[in-house]
Amino acid sequence: MSILNINNVHTYYGNIHALKGLTITVEKGEIVTLIGGNGAGKTTTLRTICGLLQPREGDVFFNGENLNKYKAHEVVYKGISMVPEGRGIFTRLTITENLEMGAYSRNNAEEIKEDMERVFTLFPRLKERRNQVAGTLSGGEQQMLATGRALMTRPTVLLMDEPSMGLAPVLVELIFDTIGQINKQGVTILLVEQNAHMALSVAHRGYVLQTGEIVLSDTAEKLKNDPTVQKAYLGIE
Amino acid sequence: MRTTLGERLTDWAISGFMWGFRILIVFIVVYGTFSTLSSGKYTGEQWIDFIIFGISQGSIYALIALGYTMVYGILRMINFAHGEIFMSGAFSAYFLATWLDKMGFIDANPALGLIIPILFAMFMSASISMLVERIAYRPLRNAPRLVPLISAIGASFFLQYTFRGFFGPGVYAYPPIKALQGEWVFFGIGILKSQVIVAVSAAVIMAILYVIVMRTKIGKAMRAVSEDKDTAALMGIDVNRIIVSTFAIGAAMAGAAGVLYALIFRQVGFFMGFTPGIKAFTSAVLGGIGNIPGAMLGGLVLGVFESIGPALFLDGLGIPRPYQLKDAIAYTMLVMILLFRPSGILGERLTSKKA
Repeated sequence: MSILNINNVHTYYGNIHALKGLTITVEKGEIVTLIGGNGAGKTTTLRTICGLLQPREGDVFFNGENLNKYKAHEVVYKGISMVPEGRGIFTRLTITENLEMGAYSRNNAEEIKEDMERVFTLFPRLKERRNQVAGTLSGGEQQMLATGRALMTRPTVLLMDEPSMGLAPVLVELIFDTIGQINKQGVTILLVEQNAHMALSVAHRGYVLQTGEIVLSDTAEKLKNDPTVQKAYLGIE
Repeated sequence: MRTTLGERLTDWAISGFMWGFRILIVFIVVYGTFSTLSSGKYTGEQWIDFIIFGISQGSIYALIALGYTMVYGILRMINFAHGEIFMSGAFSAYFLATWLDKMGFIDANPALGLIIPILFAMFMSASISMLVERIAYRPLRNAPRLVPLISAIGASFFLQYTFRGFFGPGVYAYPPIKALQGEWVFFGIGILKSQVIVAVSAAVIMAILYVIVMRTKIGKAMRAVSEDKDTAALMGIDVNRIIVSTFAIGAAMAGAAGVLYALIFRQVGFFMGFTPGIKAFTSAVLGGIGNIPGAMLGGLVLGVFESIGPALFLDGLGIPRPYQLKDAIAYTMLVMILLFRPSGILGERLTSKKA
């Protein structure tokens, strides 16, 4: 049984039909990427999975359980965590407090402390600034914090929305390295990216999304060599 | 920049008016202060009295202002029923305190006679506020911003006239606490005990609130929700529960303020929430709405200005009854903040949004 199964989902923003019968499956331990242009519905897909949006039709199954009846704050308790688009850092809270908010759904103080140390080993730069207000961090550090905060929920599935957005190339490399590391620790990852090149180099499989529909799905390797993908998303003629 | 002559003239006219207004205010303040002080009408002791009274009154404003500012911080909405929440706290405490007084409990245990009505008022105000949120605000959460504002004004009238309906339009006398009557003398200056107690109690309550907001899990969640509700929900925070808690905590502060107010002014009535409510709202704007230390500071500043203002600025101008104008000082301050520093003393610019 796949860990995440999005079955014929239709999501609307008011009257705008944003997802038109989307079907995606993610197996345990995979990195799956959704690539596509602006307005293709990538963010909408993630927001539908984590409960911020309700699908009008279709279901989202997690470990076989239908998630539609849960609100966003309840989905977290199931083991799905999201790094939102634009990072969603709480700028007036300190770094430690941001990470504590990540652990809001948990109660075991010992484990939370361990996990915070683990985040600090993953991102030593955050440790140096742990008592600083998060609004003072640079874009790359904020992305690290958002990732670390999502890990603080101890997710089985991590949804990442455009982690490379607005970052310098060096930092993009670093973030994608970390994505690989997190995955090796056993976390399944669904990655939404405009930077198709990076996304396909770290992912196992990929889906190409266009105006709310899946137009292509294959292994990352094959997608990389697919002429339409190369032309539309990788800038190769 | 292409501007027509007409536009430039309008700009000049507006900035000329603003400067004229500034100069007028400064002139009134400076001239009034100078002539008051040079006339020597008030003694140093009287000035200290004014300041102490200002601080105790200001700390009541500060307590109420916290509710406005916290709700604004989380929902970007002005809860205009907050003054009535304050009133309902004072009213509840009045009934309890009268009953305790009849049994002789307050005379026997003055400290408990103060604390028990305060706790009861906090509880009642919080309960009523949670009901108001559930009935009048939550269904309108996603409506345009004007709609909950109107609903808040409706809730305010509803509460006022419910209390009037049950308890009549009269004014009730809050039972005195005998141990708090009279003065304490510090360094040869007599200070009313009740005023000291009010300021100290308010300070203690505000300190507790500050610790709750800064240190506890729920306080941190409140700050997270006030920044970004969607992301807060992604952390597993039940946003609705945090919003209700914010209303309840803010209302509890107002309820406590209601008892302290009754302690100084000794009166409880259905309309008592209106003026302090508006003054506290002014304090919240003065300090920077949405900012908790700002609300505390704004309340104190407003209270002190309102208390010394009539004597200091207006008496010297030859105004026969300056005290009748103390509300005018408060509202002039509100207008001036809105004109010259809309973000308030400690506030960030309202337009500044996180990147």
